[in-house]
Amino acid sequence: MRRRGLIAGLGALVVGGCSKVADSGAGQAVLGSAERWHKAAQRLITGRDALATEFTRADISPSFRGNGSQTVGTPEYASALAGGFADWQLTVTGLVTHPLSLSLDNIRRLPQRTQITRHDCVEGWSAIGEWTGPQLATILRGAGLQPEARFVVFRCADVLDGAPYYESIDMIDAFHPQTIIAHRLNGEPLPERNGAPLRLRVERQLGYKHAKYLTGIEVVASLDTIGEGRGGYWEDRGYQWYAGA
Amino acid sequence: MKRHAVSTRLWHWLNFACLVILFMSGLNISNAHKRLYWGEWGFEPGQAWLIVPKFPGWTTIPGHYSLADARLWHLAVAWPFALLLLFMWIAILVNGHFRRDLMTRRREWRWSAIRSDVAAHLRFEFDHGDAKFNFLQKLTYGLVLGVLLPGMIVTGLGISPGMEPLMRPVSELVGGRQSMRSLHFIFAWSLFGFLILHVALVLVSHPLRQMRDMITGGPRET
Repeated sequence: MRRRGLIAGLGALVVGGCSKVADSGAGQAVLGSAERWHKAAQRLITGRDALATEFTRADISPSFRGNGSQTVGTPEYASALAGGFADWQLTVTGLVTHPLSLSLDNIRRLPQRTQITRHDCVEGWSAIGEWTGPQLATILRGAGLQPEARFVVFRCADVLDGAPYYESIDMIDAFHPQTIIAHRLNGEPLPERNGAPLRLRVERQLGYKHAKYLTGIEVVASLDTIGEGRGGYWEDRGYQWYAGA
Repeated sequence: MKRHAVSTRLWHWLNFACLVILFMSGLNISNAHKRLYWGEWGFEPGQAWLIVPKFPGWTTIPGHYSLADARLWHLAVAWPFALLLLFMWIAILVNGHFRRDLMTRRREWRWSAIRSDVAAHLRFEFDHGDAKFNFLQKLTYGLVLGVLLPGMIVTGLGISPGMEPLMRPVSELVGGRQSMRSLHFIFAWSLFGFLILHVALVLVSHPLRQMRDMITGGPRET
């Protein structure tokens, strides 16, 4: 019994020490800098354009879990869903030379990419699905980037715990060949829980980067003034902006 | 007996500190999805081979459930852990510790030798003459340094989507990403098992002297 107390005591000591370090500004900065090392090392070792594994139809999981927001939950969204998103628009704004507003029809007419990839959630689970949509690079080239453009921000229709969901990636991931704006999953229009009508696929990062219910793409020079300034809904709540690990 | 090299002592304690933080933050991460699967994918209870219990706050870093903060610790400390292991392997290959003390000899693999070694252990006789380690120690330390510790790094990289293009062959060897995640968990608990065994055996064989030697190196050789 005494030994168990001792172990618990040691555990408490480590936990206490760690929370002190994590609470201090310098400690937070050191721990947080590891994210940049992971990004730099992963891109150096694997190459920026290395492809995530693409699977065959036989590998597709029997269903595809929906996580986070399972719906947008507004009357407007419900009627858009019922109407097959005929009036849904994806805007492309910010540091572009030609701002765009694309309907689903416009998006379906662009050159398409279909990829069977594995989705890895930060919680630990994985599912495999077949995604179809235009490459983000095609849309960004169509809109034309201004020289200061550094990040692509994804605006979403869903609100989680009172805050609008959003995400962002840098130009390296934005122009990755597997980064697509998906409108189909397993040959069907994107289901509601998986982000209908449009979601981002950025295959070499964790699931929370794959923003759902897309309404806008915004090209920016800095993430500082968006949301809490950390580049995404979960990033504002302490998660890594670079989610490759 | 030969002194512990300063590189060995430094690595031993720094590695221990890293492992404690990695293990405890890992338990917090495990609480985020308490199921393990084999193969490439898995997300539902019916697909799991193991339902993992929830680990209480006093065993986790931080002491309350926070996947974000646990990942911050886990991914930061993974760096010194991996670099220190690389340093230790170079050190023991260069300073001869590996060849001299850890490498097993052919005669040690004879059945009669193993049997007498096990029997001696069961009688709590740990005297092993001139050699630094006996056969079972060499085997255990070899497993820890050669399989479990590097295995933690390989399986950790194997569940990182950013490393997927490079880790693909290893991932395929074990059946996929969820197999990698299961192995990460199994290796971590194997290391915990080693820690218990290691501490228990130190406690029954001159604990104070052993602790002192792993800190100061031990008495000077004459």
